Amino acid sequence: MASGKKKPMVQFKGILKRFDKVVAVEKMDFDIEEGSLVTLLGPSGCGKTTLLRMVAGLEEPTEGDIFIKGKRVNDIPIHKRNLGMIFQNYALFPHKTIFDNVAFGLKYRDVSKDEITEKVTRALEMVRLPGVENRMPSQLSGGQQQRIAMARAIVIEPDVLLMDEPLSALDENLREAMRREVDNLQQILGVTTIFVTHDQREALSMSDKILVMKDGRKQQEGDPESVYNQPANHFVADFLGHSNFIAGEVVGVVDGHLNVRIETGDILLAENNGSFSKGDAVEMIVRAQRFDAFPKAEFEPVEGMNHFEGHIKDRSYMGGEVSYFIKLGADREIHIISMMRTRLYEIGEAVSVQVAPHHCYLIHRSES
Amino acid sequence: MKHFSPGWTLIRIYTFLVYVFMFAPIVVVIVLAFNPKQFGIFPMEGVSLRWFIKLAQNESIIEAFRNSLILGSLTAVFSTGIGILAALAFIRFEFPGKNTFNTILLSPIMIPEVVLGVALLLFLRFLQQPKSFVLLLIGHVVLTLPYVLLIVQARLVGIKKEYEEAAKTLGANAFQTFRDVTFPLLLPAILAGALFAFTISFDDITATLFWATAQNQTVPVKIFSMLRNSISPEINALGAVMILLTVTTPLLAGYLSRKFSKVRS
Repeated sequence: MASGKKKPMVQFKGILKRFDKVVAVEKMDFDIEEGSLVTLLGPSGCGKTTLLRMVAGLEEPTEGDIFIKGKRVNDIPIHKRNLGMIFQNYALFPHKTIFDNVAFGLKYRDVSKDEITEKVTRALEMVRLPGVENRMPSQLSGGQQQRIAMARAIVIEPDVLLMDEPLSALDENLREAMRREVDNLQQILGVTTIFVTHDQREALSMSDKILVMKDGRKQQEGDPESVYNQPANHFVADFLGHSNFIAGEVVGVVDGHLNVRIETGDILLAENNGSFSKGDAVEMIVRAQRFDAFPKAEFEPVEGMNHFEGHIKDRSYMGGEVSYFIKLGADREIHIISMMRTRLYEIGEAVSVQVAPHHCYLIHRSES
Repeated sequence: MKHFSPGWTLIRIYTFLVYVFMFAPIVVVIVLAFNPKQFGIFPMEGVSLRWFIKLAQNESIIEAFRNSLILGSLTAVFSTGIGILAALAFIRFEFPGKNTFNTILLSPIMIPEVVLGVALLLFLRFLQQPKSFVLLLIGHVVLTLPYVLLIVQARLVGIKKEYEEAAKTLGANAFQTFRDVTFPLLLPAILAGALFAFTISFDDITATLFWATAQNQTVPVKIFSMLRNSISPEINALGAVMILLTVTTPLLAGYLSRKFSKVRS
């Protein structure tokens, strides 16, 4: 994690991008600290790739300025920006050997032949693929090709590394391994990295900072913990992780806790972060993992905890954990994910569900 | 699956006849080229290279051959050059009137050659310029450009933009990107296009008849004028040579390109 006050490497100031009449990126300001890994996260079409391509110079901003290392780069052509870009489908030059692919960027810089050979060899070692210099890209697997693409981007010692969904073309297991590798490499090199993805797990596990976007608008920016635990709105809570949304109204403030009456008429306790008062329309967000389920017969309520009763409507076994849909009352359903304990609950079984007030996060309903 | 119904039999016979009518004249020309006699009569009495020798001694035919080769080569060069640039513009850039412009460049394929031939002549007349080799060259470039354009465009669509974008982010300027990435990837299409341009120019007759002057007759025009006077067996020999050239050039090019691509991978 980026510690202390570091100077920003990349800055967006009042940036806005329109394609004809469609706004791809709504006016926004955003800073990326030197040496950090920042993820642009959002569903497809949210403008995250456009934002990345504007840093690269592959798209021109309609309004606003982009600064790299404190210098305005709007009018600097792509090839003079000293960036390393990694594409979703690798984009290795199919007609060049691996050596020539990795050496490509060095050819246009003042680097001697011997130095090129040395740097290429070192870059290939860094991505753990030494000795493939003379092969053609088509002779390598997808994961290997993406590593070569990484070597090609880092060998030029770029100021900023840009990654456009680099892992989404890989299969599940490989993606996990590559994610760790990208993370490691980024930390070793300490290069400022902008990572575009629609995969929340990638974003949460790698980032120093996450920028969540939707419809070209910034939804929230912050470190993974705060984005996950204190989502700014319904969209962020829904997009990251499995959340339950319960509409309600604040009916009382009791030393540090809020009493919230939910649709069913039950009154639940929620933590008060100071921004709510009596009468506010709120939406309560509870992560599926925060609930605990107990067999109804064995359950003893704990003072100061929220609890409901219901019965299992549906379940899916996911190996280490189990996903349950629990029916409460007539038409309220909650989703909980619990670690496998002694046994699975049967469909139709009566259970008691408990959740601590500090896991009941409130947002104003107008924000949803 | 085998079909023995009368319908299928008819289709087979019909197909066979189509091929016979298409290829028989060509075969006859080639065979008669080796006929020792002045008149083509079957069965032939022996085989001789007499007419080929006579052909090699015919100054005006050699001249026509030279004209054809120069014209074909220059047409290939200009057509491919313009074709590459046009294809890049159409596929990689957005500009107003793009589709209209594209259609205009491709239109010579759809317009009868006679119309094209006369139109260019009228245009020349309007400009009050004499017929010349340059006119012939311009005409042939117009005639062959659509083929080059179509081939290069098709290939360019298949070359992902990311390759060029990757090159640029790595520090290559626009020209270096073209030289080091786009051009090598386009090369097969460029060669194919050049070959098409050459062969089409080499055996075009209809439009060329309108444009050629006495000084720059091409081989097909020469054959045409020879046919008007007599049916000399020399023409058969010339025809055989033409057929050999137009058939072997593409085959050779195909073989070479396959050989090169094998060396690379």
